[in-house]
Amino acid sequence: MDLLRFAAVGSVDDGKSTLIGRLLHDTKQLFDDQLEAVEAASRRRGVDGIDLSFVTDGLRAEREQGITIDVAYRYAATPTRKFVIADCPGHVQYTRNMATGASTADLALVVVDAPKGLREQTRRHVCIAALLGVRHLVVAANKMDRVGWDETAYRAVVEEMAHLASRLGLATCVVIPVSALHGDNVAVRGGSAPWYGGPTVLEALEAAPSGAWAGAHGDHRGSLARLPVQWVLRRPGGGRSYAGMVNGGSFRLGDRVVVLPGGQTSTVSGLRTVDTPMEEAPVGLSVSLDLADDLDVSRGDLVAGVAGAPEVVTELTATVCWFAARPLAVGDQYRVKHTTRVTPGRVTSVDRRLDVNDLRLDDARSLGENDIGTVTIEVASPLAVDPYRRNRITGSFVLIDPVTNATVAAGMVGLPELAAPDPGT
Amino acid sequence: MTTTLDTPSTPGHPAGGGRSPLSGFPGNRPIGLRPVDHLDLLEAHAVFILREVAAECERPVLLFSGGKDSAVLLRLAEKAFRPGRLPFPVMHVDTGHNFPEVLDFRDRRIEEMGEELLVASVQDAIDAGRVADPGPNGMRNRLQTTALLDAIRAHEFDACIGGARRDEDKARAKERVLSFRDSFGQWDPKQQRPELWQLYSGTVRPGESLRAFPLSDWTELDIWQYIAREQLALPSIYFAHRRPVIERGGMLLAASSWVSAGPGETARDETVRFRTVGDATCTGAILSEATTVAQIIRETAASRVSERGATRADDRLSETSMEDRKREGYF
Ligand SMILES: Nc1nc2c(ncn2[C@@H]2O[C@H](COP(=O)(O)OP(=O)(O)OP(=O)(O)O)[C@@H](O)[C@H]2O)c(=O)[nH]1
Ligand SMILES: [Mg+2]
Repeated sequence: MDLLRFAAVGSVDDGKSTLIGRLLHDTKQLFDDQLEAVEAASRRRGVDGIDLSFVTDGLRAEREQGITIDVAYRYAATPTRKFVIADCPGHVQYTRNMATGASTADLALVVVDAPKGLREQTRRHVCIAALLGVRHLVVAANKMDRVGWDETAYRAVVEEMAHLASRLGLATCVVIPVSALHGDNVAVRGGSAPWYGGPTVLEALEAAPSGAWAGAHGDHRGSLARLPVQWVLRRPGGGRSYAGMVNGGSFRLGDRVVVLPGGQTSTVSGLRTVDTPMEEAPVGLSVSLDLADDLDVSRGDLVAGVAGAPEVVTELTATVCWFAARPLAVGDQYRVKHTTRVTPGRVTSVDRRLDVNDLRLDDARSLGENDIGTVTIEVASPLAVDPYRRNRITGSFVLIDPVTNATVAAGMVGLPELAAPDPGT
Repeated sequence: MTTTLDTPSTPGHPAGGGRSPLSGFPGNRPIGLRPVDHLDLLEAHAVFILREVAAECERPVLLFSGGKDSAVLLRLAEKAFRPGRLPFPVMHVDTGHNFPEVLDFRDRRIEEMGEELLVASVQDAIDAGRVADPGPNGMRNRLQTTALLDAIRAHEFDACIGGARRDEDKARAKERVLSFRDSFGQWDPKQQRPELWQLYSGTVRPGESLRAFPLSDWTELDIWQYIAREQLALPSIYFAHRRPVIERGGMLLAASSWVSAGPGETARDETVRFRTVGDATCTGAILSEATTVAQIIRETAASRVSERGATRADDRLSETSMEDRKREGYF
């Protein structure tokens, strides 16, 4: 059965958790005891009826404050599809957690408080999702009950989202008028918006193309063969196998490969999952691979097909989301974790900062907390990288604070691509 | 004899009886002859996580309770590191209130694998006066934290690999695959490290540690489907059997030397199975006739009650029991 991973994103209080709770409730994905627990928690807090945001807002502090702090993962299935749902926090303080949830998503479910319209934080989330490689949006124009299902509120969201989606080069963007609170157009249509003829949220999620996420399938099926070496297995009687996940294309017995960054070439002489030999190792599987030649290969090396092998660089030109309170500035040193390799890195320039309201790249010298910008980073040992656009695994890295070990940035190799503004707007 | 689809199980028997680490794993047709499915992807991700933890951490340990999730975890560890040895020891945090079938299974499985088993004992912690004995009918799940943290300190472990899943509980649903704990073992849900893509960062300072959860994205149904596919053996108490039970707080507790009928209670014989296995004083059984993995899969798919909701008294103490335990250093 096919699998869709999606992340609910958007500004604080616009109704993401309520919508996910509603979707799970109305598709009967909640166990009886879970529903009872949510009802009891609602009563305890004096909620009239049931607060469906408690389905995912499970932490004490979240229920006390009525906001989401960190991503909740939920698993659901309809007759046609399995879903992995990441309910992300909207509050600007927790943008790093939203990025965590969106980094493995195929699709973003953008929730907008339609009566209030798009906020800066909505735009930030859509930008981050787009930079992270999400190509498909389902937009819930929420809280339509607040304005008596007035079509003009919906139209305004459609217009703003269409503009944003075209600037960010997104493939699809479906906007649906909903009430997460009452359930209209979430899993069931309801008669509140006779002027709307499109899909419900559930229908849109079931119809969306799945599997853009690299680990699994989709985009990376047509990509080039990549296997970052995680672990060297010694075979009895001598010889070594290189264990790792196929993170692009596929490997076949007899394929000519190159080991990077060293550049030695060899031929694939064995492929297996544990001890089951295979002819071809497809993307997304953890396998071990033997080479015909006795090369010096260790953790952190990348095995790639000889045709279209990734570039080996000592300087990364990248787009980063910065998560730390302390600004990112030239000269700062961090550990760079790229695939299975960790190397010291130094920021050699901070170039641009993305203005998420105008979608403009402005000159910048540093990046503040939750900023998105472009930088160059010099790395101590060479890295074999692909542009993020081509491969979400070999094109991504994180920056780690060498003292606290905190992850302070998400990095994507390459510069953001923004379409020119439509002259009409 | 192994547990297979639709054949009555002889539970508790080791999978593949005395296999050498090099012989084949039973089960599915090789990839190439069939499409990659969601179990393949879950397996691949879990194996990836196990290898990352082994490579990035100095002294990891794999927690093994003898339950179904840890049985799956152990099989995945074999898949990640065979033909070599596991690059970490296996440890049971033992509450002292065990189902004998589970201890048997634990010992047989470890021996069969030829790996090392450590036991961190709650009884030892009680005997050493580190924690108070909650008494004959008392729950010991919470006391596991002390035994676990003591073992972490004694062995200088920097990562504990566990079989917890995000679908089990609303606090677990929030937890990272690599969950950072401070030097007191505490989880701070407001300060979790960002965890992007598959870039798991395993570095901690001395005294700090990680909990690593390779089964994060698995559901109860996925676990059973994988058990079927891999023909994994399990302790017999996972399959329907007759036993004396005592109904308490809406749960069916197994009558044992620790759980006996109190005032107004009587023990009665029922046909039951366990959905989870934990401390015998707080793990409830469910009424079931399912004696095969295939029957359990059908029951699991149709169940209206969650795994822990049906069976765990320790989660009923308050709205945020699991979160509170994790904040204290629990798995
Ligand atoms: N009237 C109305 N209120 C809604 C609707 N959806 C959500 N709300 C309310 O909006 C408030 C915020 O809802 P949440 O679901 O917690 O919002 P959120 O987007 O998850 O917030 P964060 O996760 O903190 O960013 C709650 O009081 C909801 O009851 C809706 O469709 N109509
Ligand atoms: Mg929320």
